Amino acid sequence: MLRELKGDLAAGASAEERVASLFEKIKKSKLNAYNILSEDSALKRAREFDKAPWGGLMAGVPIAIKSSISTRGIETNCSSRILSGYVPPYDAHVIDQLKEEGAIIIGKTNMDEFAMGTSTETSYFGPTRNPWDTDRVPGGSSGGSAAAVAAGEAPCALGSDTGGSIRCPASFCGIVGLKPTYGLVSRYGLVSYANSLEQIGPLTANVEDAALVMEVIAGHDPQDSTSVNSDGGYISGLGDGVEGLVCGVPKEYFGEGVDPLVEKAVWDAISKLVELGASWKEVSLPHTKYALAAYYIIAMSEASSNLARFDGLRYGLRLGTDQDWHTTFSEIRAAGFGSEVKRRILLGTYALSAGYYGRYYLKALKVRTLIKQDFERVLAAGGADILVTPTMPFPAFKIGERIEDPLSLYMADVFTVPINLAGVPAISVPCGFAGGLPIGLQIIGRHFDEIGVLRTAKAYEDATPYHEAVPKEVV
Amino acid sequence: MITGKDVDHISWLASIKVVEEEKECFVASFNSVLDYFHQLDELDTEDVEPTYRVVDLTNVFREDEVSESLSQEESLRNASRTEKGYFKSPRIV
Repeated sequence: MLRELKGDLAAGASAEERVASLFEKIKKSKLNAYNILSEDSALKRAREFDKAPWGGLMAGVPIAIKSSISTRGIETNCSSRILSGYVPPYDAHVIDQLKEEGAIIIGKTNMDEFAMGTSTETSYFGPTRNPWDTDRVPGGSSGGSAAAVAAGEAPCALGSDTGGSIRCPASFCGIVGLKPTYGLVSRYGLVSYANSLEQIGPLTANVEDAALVMEVIAGHDPQDSTSVNSDGGYISGLGDGVEGLVCGVPKEYFGEGVDPLVEKAVWDAISKLVELGASWKEVSLPHTKYALAAYYIIAMSEASSNLARFDGLRYGLRLGTDQDWHTTFSEIRAAGFGSEVKRRILLGTYALSAGYYGRYYLKALKVRTLIKQDFERVLAAGGADILVTPTMPFPAFKIGERIEDPLSLYMADVFTVPINLAGVPAISVPCGFAGGLPIGLQIIGRHFDEIGVLRTAKAYEDATPYHEAVPKEVV
Repeated sequence: MITGKDVDHISWLASIKVVEEEKECFVASFNSVLDYFHQLDELDTEDVEPTYRVVDLTNVFREDEVSESLSQEESLRNASRTEKGYFKSPRIV
C-alpha cells in the first residue's frame, strides 16, 4: 500500500489530491474514527510537497495519529474531557521522526479514554464503529487508528499498546498491528498510562508497511531513558522466509473460552507456515492464567501515579470557582475523567495504599517475573524461534455487549497482556473470517527480534489472501 | 470486602470526588475485580524477585549543559488561569 502510494507520488501524482480525498471520505464516514482533523496544516504541507517534493522514507505519505501521542499545534486529548482543548507545545519523538522522513499528519484518532479499554467505547467523544459491521466495536484502545486504516480513511496510523491496544483493534478490523519490544520506540510525548508496559507502534494495511513505519520510529532517544538503539533492517529482512523456523504453539492459548472458528483459523495458519518450510511444536507457558490479574494490578497502579498530574492547573479542564486545594482538584478530576478511568485510578490507588502494597502490587511484580521467565524459557536457543497464537479469543463483539461488566471486558485481553508483561514484540495479522468478521493471528518473538516477527508475518501474508479483503464502503 | 467507607477513603487519597450514585457501582465492581485478583494468592512467590522493568538498564548520564526549552508563553498557553507569568493555583491557606 505505502510502496504503491510512494511510487505514485514519485511519478508525479498530487499529494494534495490524495490528502483532500481522504478528508472527503472521513467527513462522510459514520465510523467516528477521528477526534481531530488537521485539515489545514495537512493540505498546506501536501501543497508544499507537490511544489517541491522532498525525500524520506515516508515522503508525502499521510498518517493518522492516536490521540494519546503529542503533536505540536494539534489537539491531543486522549479522548478525555479532562484534556479537551489541550494543544501540546511540542512533538512526541515519533512525530519528530515521521516529519523528518516526510510524512503528513492528517488527524488524531479516537481511542478508549487514556487508552483504558478494549473496545473504544470509553471515549468521551463516543464509540468508534467497526467498518466490517458498524454495530460492533473496532477493538481498543487504538480503535480509531485501526478503523481508519481498515476503511481507507488513512493509509497508515500510529497507535500505542499497553496490554493489546494495537493488536486487538488490528485483529478486530482485519489489518496489521505491531507492538514493538519494550524500549525500542521512544515513549517521549506519549501520554503515560502504564509506563512500564506501553509502546508506540504501527497499524497498517500490510506487513511491509509496518516494517517501513518501524524503520522510521524505532531507535534511541535521549529524552526517554528506557529507550535503546535500533539496528534497523526491518524492511531488508522481510524476504528471508520461514525455512527451518521453529514455531512454538503455547497450549494455554487454545481451548476453553476461544471461539472454535478462531482456533481453526489459527491452526490453518500454522499449517500454512509448515507448508512454507517451518515446523511447529507444542510449548507451555504455565503462568498464562495469572497474567490478566498481574497485568491489571500493575497497569492500574501505574495509572494511579501517572494520571495524578491531571489537576487542571497547567492544562486541561478547570471548573468555575476555585475552592480549597483538595476540593478543587477532586471536583475537576471527578468531572474530567470517565467512569472506567476513575475505576482504574481508584483501584490502583487501593493496590498501592498502606497495608495492601505487598498483597497486590509487589505480588503482581513477582508474578510478572514468572510470566517473563515462561517466555524466555520457551524462546531460548534450541526451543521455539517464535510463538503463534490467536490475538483475540473471539472476533469483534457488539457495541454495548460487555461495557457494563468491567471484568468481562478485561477477560478479552487474555492473550495480549502476557506479551506486555514480558516486554517481547508481537504482531497481529489477518488470518481469516468468522461470520464476516476478521480474525487475527498473533506472532510473538524474542526481545528485539522484530525482524523475525515481521519476516514470519510477511511469509504468511504472501501465501494468504486475507490482508487483501476490505470492508464494504461505509457511508 | 470493600465497603462504601473504603471507597470514600480511596477517593480522598486519589483526589477524585465520588458521588453517592457512583459509589454503589464502584463498590460492586471493585469487589468483583479484587476477587479476581486474589487468584494470585495461589502462587508461592516467596523467593521470586519482582520485575519493575523488562529491559535491563543502567543509569543514563549526560553532560549538564543548557539546551533550548519551551518559552514561558508556550508553557502557560494551556493553563486556564495565569497571573504575571505564573500558573494560578487555588488558595493553599
